[in-house]
Amino acid sequence: MSYTIAEKIFKSHSQTDKIEPGQFIEAEIDLIMVHEQLGGRIHKEYEKLGLNQVWDPDKIFFILDHWVPAPTVSAAQMHKDCRKFAEKYNFVHNMGMNKGICHQVLPEMGFSRPGMLIVGSDSHTTTYGAFNCLSTGIGASDVVMVFATGVLWFMIPESFKVELYNNLKEGVMSKDFILTFISDVSTKGALYKSLEFHGESIKDLSIDSRMTISNMVVEAGAKFGVFMPDKKLENWLINRTDKPYSLVKPDKSAEYEVVVEYDLSEISPVIAKPPDPSNLAHVEELEGLKIDQAFLGSCTNGRMEDLRIAARILKGHKINPKTRMIITPASKEIYIDAMREGLIEIFLNSGAIITNSTCGACIGGHLGVLGQNEICLSSSNRNFTGRMGDPTSQIYLASPATVAASALKGEITDPREVLV
Amino acid sequence: MDKIEGFVYILGDDINTDAIVPSHALTMRDSNEMAKYTLEFIDPDFVKKTKSLDIIVAGENFGTGSSREEAVKVFKNLGIKAVIAKSFARIYFRNLINSGMPAIKLKWQDANFKNGDAIKIDLNSGNIINQTQKLSLKFPKLPKFIMEVLEEGGIIKRLKKKFD
Repeated sequence: MSYTIAEKIFKSHSQTDKIEPGQFIEAEIDLIMVHEQLGGRIHKEYEKLGLNQVWDPDKIFFILDHWVPAPTVSAAQMHKDCRKFAEKYNFVHNMGMNKGICHQVLPEMGFSRPGMLIVGSDSHTTTYGAFNCLSTGIGASDVVMVFATGVLWFMIPESFKVELYNNLKEGVMSKDFILTFISDVSTKGALYKSLEFHGESIKDLSIDSRMTISNMVVEAGAKFGVFMPDKKLENWLINRTDKPYSLVKPDKSAEYEVVVEYDLSEISPVIAKPPDPSNLAHVEELEGLKIDQAFLGSCTNGRMEDLRIAARILKGHKINPKTRMIITPASKEIYIDAMREGLIEIFLNSGAIITNSTCGACIGGHLGVLGQNEICLSSSNRNFTGRMGDPTSQIYLASPATVAASALKGEITDPREVLV
Repeated sequence: MDKIEGFVYILGDDINTDAIVPSHALTMRDSNEMAKYTLEFIDPDFVKKTKSLDIIVAGENFGTGSSREEAVKVFKNLGIKAVIAKSFARIYFRNLINSGMPAIKLKWQDANFKNGDAIKIDLNSGNIINQTQKLSLKFPKLPKFIMEVLEEGGIIKRLKKKFD
């Protein structure tokens, strides 16, 4: 039998001799990430089982990131329930609330490694696919199952091979590629599928850029968005973990339901209009649209590469007085690095507001909620109705470069015009 | 479990979890309180309508978006008995099955269902009878594994049984 990356990893995590798409298997989980969802239904349901322990307290990565620090009493209570549970069951990797956004902190700390099977109580858990592992989002009942047994049911997905060649041009980012891809396949075009990213472009894509792509595959419905491994990934991992791992590559004759190629040099800056990430426009079509808020942050685009390009655009300039810009570094580590590089000072001098690392604005939770009819240009991942605040507000999604350029002008702007 | 009778409530394509349970309701500790906000942006009268309508019939990619299982829980709290959709978002499908809520994939046409239609679903035979429109529709039967989970009332109840 020849296997895709997803099939190989499922095979190594199950007792099944043969793996094929559509088959139901039970697989052993290497790591589970859980955030504030723990304080929702998970802790109540788990307590009802009457167990004294969890299957493996060393394989649980727990972090508070959505509503930190708590903006409401109910969020504060939720945090209390989370902490109590984490202490009671002796979670080894209890990250607390000051490290940043789960999908940034977990890889930074070396918890996502090639060949692993990771699940998380968050749909953007697909992010870790950038590290050549299988990772995907699950709901509360699934988390309870993993806490109790370490095993979960899966259906083996068909795989799509996405071949990337040539390089992105100046001012164009991996966000522009993934938005283009989602528009091409639609929000349901990759439902249940495992996307495998291949091709000569990968070596020139930074780990940050790869994470943005894997992060957003779920917006096309995908179960996984896994990258081929390379030297750049191995070098990245040297500084992050001393745990062993083995790189996973598909068999030469592995079967793909779809094979598609993208010439990255043909991608240009794009924007996803409300109300879903597939509603694509080229930046030129929307140039001049006034924006009330520019948001740079989230698990999709709050990394160093994103902050650096924004700083290049904003350095020595003032943000348009009719627009507010909110910048949320994705983790404390990034916040500190940005400080050391002088980026935070550039942002503050340009008139931007810097927040602590949190999911805050992206989920309409706090630190950048939208009022009636307000328009936000955001580097985040979802532009659903009401996601960032009032249901009459509108979210447009774009790359960090486009967000920064537009903040400067107060209206949607092609970043290639302002990058020097 | 194998036979479900109820009345249809129709929803469109790409109904997302943020629309089913808005973020502002997500930190509420009382699930009945949370359920009051179900689909508030899409149909402010939805909760009232669930007094008489109890089977959701949705379009493509139902439940797209976040992993919040609350987006299934609120439907359960409101007495929804089953969900039929042209397609389901992946995590949402898991959450429905794991919660013991029948999730039926059916590429239905506009003429097949109207709001308020009385329907009967037979999970074992893969058949839906729309008594109001006087028609019968076939759907792909759920895999054996999923039927087992549904029969046991969801994965947590299934797990409890194992421990007992």
